[in-house]
Amino acid sequence: MAAGFWELLPQVTVDGLMLGFVYAMVAIGYTMVYGVLEFINFAHSEIFMVGAFLGAEFFLVLSKGGLLAGMPHLLVLLLGLIIAMLLTGLLGMGIERVAYRPLRGAPRLVPLIAAIGVSFVLQDVARAIATAIHGNFVTGVPSLFPGQAVALPGGLSLSVKALLLVASSILMMGALTAFVQRSRAGKAMRAVAQDPTTAGLMGINTDGVITLTFFVGAAMGGAAGTLFAVQYTAVDPYIGFTLGIKAFTAAVFGGIGRLPGAMVGGILLGLFESYGTAFLGTATGGALGAEYKDVLAFALLILILIFKPSGLLGQQVAEKV
Amino acid sequence: MLHTPLISVAAVVCASLLLFVTPTNWITWPYLLLLGSLLLVHLGNANRWLKLGLAAFATLVVVPLVGAENGALMNVSIMVAINVALALGLNLVVGFAGLLDLGYVAFFATGAYVYSIFASPQAARFLPRVFESLPMGLPGDWFWLFLPVAVLAAAGAGVALGLPVLRLRGDYLAIVTLGFGEIIRILANNLDRPVNLTNGPQGITPIAPPALFGMTLGKAVHFYYIAFALMVLTILLMGRLADSRIGRAWAAIREDETAARAMGVPLVRMKLPAFSTGAAFAGAMGMVFAVKQTFINPESFTFMESIVILAMVILGGLGSIPGAVIGAVTVTVLRMQVLTETANWLTRFHLPPALNLAKYQPLIFGLILILMMRYRREGLLPARRTPVDIDGLGGVGDAARGARGDQAVRRTHSG
Repeated sequence: MAAGFWELLPQVTVDGLMLGFVYAMVAIGYTMVYGVLEFINFAHSEIFMVGAFLGAEFFLVLSKGGLLAGMPHLLVLLLGLIIAMLLTGLLGMGIERVAYRPLRGAPRLVPLIAAIGVSFVLQDVARAIATAIHGNFVTGVPSLFPGQAVALPGGLSLSVKALLLVASSILMMGALTAFVQRSRAGKAMRAVAQDPTTAGLMGINTDGVITLTFFVGAAMGGAAGTLFAVQYTAVDPYIGFTLGIKAFTAAVFGGIGRLPGAMVGGILLGLFESYGTAFLGTATGGALGAEYKDVLAFALLILILIFKPSGLLGQQVAEKV
Repeated sequence: MLHTPLISVAAVVCASLLLFVTPTNWITWPYLLLLGSLLLVHLGNANRWLKLGLAAFATLVVVPLVGAENGALMNVSIMVAINVALALGLNLVVGFAGLLDLGYVAFFATGAYVYSIFASPQAARFLPRVFESLPMGLPGDWFWLFLPVAVLAAAGAGVALGLPVLRLRGDYLAIVTLGFGEIIRILANNLDRPVNLTNGPQGITPIAPPALFGMTLGKAVHFYYIAFALMVLTILLMGRLADSRIGRAWAAIREDETAARAMGVPLVRMKLPAFSTGAAFAGAMGMVFAVKQTFINPESFTFMESIVILAMVILGGLGSIPGAVIGAVTVTVLRMQVLTETANWLTRFHLPPALNLAKYQPLIFGLILILMMRYRREGLLPARRTPVDIDGLGGVGDAARGARGDQAVRRTHSG
């Protein structure tokens, strides 16, 4: 543990940012669904996991067919993202249709319990499929952009993968913001989030908007999964669980129900976790370290909920009775 | 026809006989029959004492006798008793008070660790100076003293977590308790340094079995009776709690928080006892679990376990005491016997190992949660509201049995 905190700082910042963008992308799914239905979609973390598997399997198929070497990797990544987003989006819609819609109007805990059930089912199905294909549920991801890096001032270098993760997250979040703020469908979404009954009376197809919300939220989660698979090169059925709680923490941190909140909250949480872990490691001479990073995030969640449940960007809303 | 006492007696006796004569490797099925016959007794209209007698005969005589020769059966029966108490404890939190606790297993872990740390070689690793002369930790006589300690530790953990977070809305509370459960598990996994409190992932073993007046109660049958006694105590306490003043306050909070507050129910002051009492039961059973296993490590206290206990409560029926019992029995026997036995039986068809049913537990419990929420939200044995006779409380007797309007009028007049 010779390295001081300040020497580690640039690397820690980069790690934190990458993690933060993944959190932000997943947090969007939580916050969009919460905004419209006031419901924590507990299964969203597993949609992220499915997205990671879909991306990984797509890259594996290409690599086994010998196509990966001959294709520009940027195109491969783009195709992987599109496939993962489409399929996870449909999965999200399907889950809503089968497991949540029949429970609408029930007491709050009812859909939440169903969502926990959905998340266990998804996890186990992913495990079974991955085991059936590879004989092992941990799936290695073929390396994209091997060894390519961009030199930064100060003797640092940044891998192209990391750069692409950040760039594509920013691009997608920008597109999503534009969609919600500018398009007709986005306007309908905001209307339903504000007041579903009145929105319905104004001629907005509420069910359609909810379906769309689940599609878009899940697709963002799926994209985050694929980017995660590319960056961290191994996926397993259990990556969604803690990451999901943290992404939810990020959504609450930023102010649940607010899109910019999810983005800001995710990035801040990633940085907080990365700095916190590094600081804990150097401050205690290595006695405490990375094993407590989840504790930090969960403790932050509890603190936020106690002291500022409306989050950074959210406004205090009186409960509808 | 089902409701004659004779049928109840016949069912229990036949199932017991079958249990005695069935060879060891088929024992699951007569065991299920015996449990089924007890359900029949519960649903039948036999005399209260006959019902109790039959249940006592089956659980206190038949099961220990058969279990003496069949370790697996004894093991399942102990787990049934532990899980029934756990399900009842969680039912208090989720079913009575409507607080979704997704980290319930953390309190179970608290109880298990509190005793295990001191009644095992871990004591000498944790506090070498104090336990210099006791390399195996405290002897088993301390079990009885630690029972209230574990209860208090778990309840204390419940208060410590509950006090700040019980103000939160229901679904936020669920996520926070989940995070808390994970924190406890991570701590148990990592507190082997800088101070070796939990021995990390290697876990703690051997844990001293309870002892009474110099006699070591280290056999499975002893654990069974201890677990069973605590389970019965839990059932009795639950019945009293549900119909108590605070139990009614919980029901009010569960049905509508805003309305309950408007009626003068202090929310946090009522929720906190629900949370910590539920935790206390888990603490006691955690100790029993630890001595039964003689080994604990953080693997036994994962989120999946919290969900399995939740599945028991939901399967049986939120808020229903018989429901929690039947849910716990069903899920435990399903998990420990039916799944593995069916999987073993299926191997004769040379199915690939990926199709091993025993591995699909998360899928099965996930489906239970979804299907119950969609098709039978009230559970298998739904909770029944016991109507309270308000005038009767004042000594008027059955007079208040009349129509509701009547009742209201009389109450205002007699009050």
